[in-house]
Amino acid sequence: MPDIFGIPPQALFGQLLLGLINGAFYAQLSLGLAIIFGLLNIINFTHGAQYMMGAFVAWMLLNWLGLGYWWALLVAPVVVGAFGILIERTMLRHLYKLDHLYGLLLTFGIALIVQGLFRDQFGSTGLPYRIPAELRGGTDLGFMFMPNYRGWVVVVSLVVCFGTWFVIEKTKLGSYLRAATENPALVQSFGVNVPRMVMLTYGFGVGLAAFTGVLAAPIYQVSPLMGADIIIVVFAVVVIGGMGSILGSILTGFGLGIVEGLTKVFYPEASSTVIFVVMVIVLLIKPAGLFGRAR
Amino acid sequence: MRNLKSMLLGAVALASLALPAAAQINVKIGVLSDMSSLYADLGGAGSVAAARMAVEDFNAAAKGMRVEIVSADHQNRADVGSNIARQWFDRDGVDVVVDVPNSGVALAVNGVAREKNKVFLVSGAATSALTGEQCSPNTVHWTYDTWALANGTGKAIVQQGGDTWFFLTADYAFGHQLEADTSAVVNKLGGRVVGSVRHPLNGSDFSSFLLQAQASRAKIIGVANAGGDTINTIKQAGEFGIVRRGQSLAGLLIFISDVHGLGLEAAQGLVFTDAFYWDANDGTRAFARRMAAANRGIHPTMVHAGVYASVTHYLKAVEANKSAADGKATVDRMKAMPTDDPLFGKGTVRVDGRKIHDMYLYEVKKPSESRGAWDYYKLRATIPAAEAFRPLAEGKCPIAGS
Repeated sequence: MPDIFGIPPQALFGQLLLGLINGAFYAQLSLGLAIIFGLLNIINFTHGAQYMMGAFVAWMLLNWLGLGYWWALLVAPVVVGAFGILIERTMLRHLYKLDHLYGLLLTFGIALIVQGLFRDQFGSTGLPYRIPAELRGGTDLGFMFMPNYRGWVVVVSLVVCFGTWFVIEKTKLGSYLRAATENPALVQSFGVNVPRMVMLTYGFGVGLAAFTGVLAAPIYQVSPLMGADIIIVVFAVVVIGGMGSILGSILTGFGLGIVEGLTKVFYPEASSTVIFVVMVIVLLIKPAGLFGRAR
Repeated sequence: MRNLKSMLLGAVALASLALPAAAQINVKIGVLSDMSSLYADLGGAGSVAAARMAVEDFNAAAKGMRVEIVSADHQNRADVGSNIARQWFDRDGVDVVVDVPNSGVALAVNGVAREKNKVFLVSGAATSALTGEQCSPNTVHWTYDTWALANGTGKAIVQQGGDTWFFLTADYAFGHQLEADTSAVVNKLGGRVVGSVRHPLNGSDFSSFLLQAQASRAKIIGVANAGGDTINTIKQAGEFGIVRRGQSLAGLLIFISDVHGLGLEAAQGLVFTDAFYWDANDGTRAFARRMAAANRGIHPTMVHAGVYASVTHYLKAVEANKSAADGKATVDRMKAMPTDDPLFGKGTVRVDGRKIHDMYLYEVKKPSESRGAWDYYKLRATIPAAEAFRPLAEGKCPIAGS
């Protein structure tokens, strides 16, 4: 086969696949942000810290309680989600009627505090978390060596993302959620407990971040900084996809993972900035984002 | 009665003003480090603790010196770092800046210290440019540099047959210099560099770069980054079976905090150059015990050891000069006096500001060989001081010319 832009096709396939894997993390995180923004009107800057907490809860379960990866996938989202609900009940709920800026500042502050506490306790180097025995090793795909664990991440995250999309867009529960977004007072008058729904939605969004954190723990170092590193990129993903758009955030997440992956081949020095370049271009052409609608 | 009391008080006040002023030398040390990001464990709070320990052990008060320590976070940004240094020198009366991991920041501070005629003691930064073309009469580069790392690790690996290299390089001053210095060693010994890829600082996913390294078919993948970047690179290299498929990793800059963070399972077999290992002798072990107690159990890295030793030597020079005011004069004194401390033993500071001591080639132990946490290294070779650092003439340092 001829080279594509000077890169052998095999190598290119490998890079596309890696991009897709990174995109899986972007997609899951931006999905949680999109849901929270859609229903609560809160720009949840704590999302990165909650993702980091998910990874740390996994590490604590393993090292302090002897509970492995599979338990962590279940327990960490619940624990961190509960933390999120606590924040929603005590602080965030007072901000719903105010400008977005207040929610952003509050969640940003909480993120800094949480990160600072973890850094103080665990240091910045981070802690090792091993890939669970069942998913160790890899498969030779011909064009690349594919670690089994990364394959698992892509599959799980596709299932989670489209499952969430399905629930919100295609089920009765989802229709309540969407209705409450449009007109909470009306939905409340039909006997739906809207504040509880809002609370649980925030808990779910936070739990999703923690779940992603558990998925990330064996690949990256479990480090207090892991959330701060990724959250800015994820916000760019949400902006590009269109604030509050569920499908938009999923597709943009995977898409930008691939764009970033290709940049790492053709011009690696720009791989940390390419997403922001895309963001600027999209905002110039379509200010509401690729999948957003102008309000 | 009241008169007597006020007279006494007045006398005490006068005495306390007059007595120390006659002999006391005031020194203010500023520890500038990465306190919150990827280099915070290899420098950071540990560097502050090491400086404090050096001041304690020097017993400054008994020698009529009042030593104060301040610290700040440079956030790995050259503009932030040089602004802090400027503010320290201009407004806060700081005499000496210590540590500064991150070569980009260190090169910026290097210029400020020279301009203000203060002192800069480098422990955390790696670039050999600090004693090369950008050398300064106000700077001492204590612990290690890119040339020493390249020379130690590069030579050992090429001599064992690792003669084709691909570099995975952090895209800033430090990475570029480390890649350049190592390439020079590889080429000189008859090896060949087949390619390199430069990644942004503080990345998290290195799989794409590792795949490019794999495709290059080089025998050795030179990991020219540091801290959290190195950890993620090595961890993900394991995931992608790089070593199992016949390529080897050369960690060009490995700190013991990285090995601790990786765990022996992932780090075993890495060969690298280091200036200091805590479990070398009684002096280093005693230092490690105190550091671990002061710094969340973290055993000292070579950066911490360098901070301790350089501050110690600096204080000796200030004591001999009876003043810390003239930075260049203090550094000249540091160069004139032989160094001697429990961590690096006897050594010298060369005219270009390079501290000269032995370097060591270590290998990370297998999990079965380790007695527990922090028992990580076995010594492969000692690189004698005379060979460990770049020869003076090759550095092209302008102040060493005449």
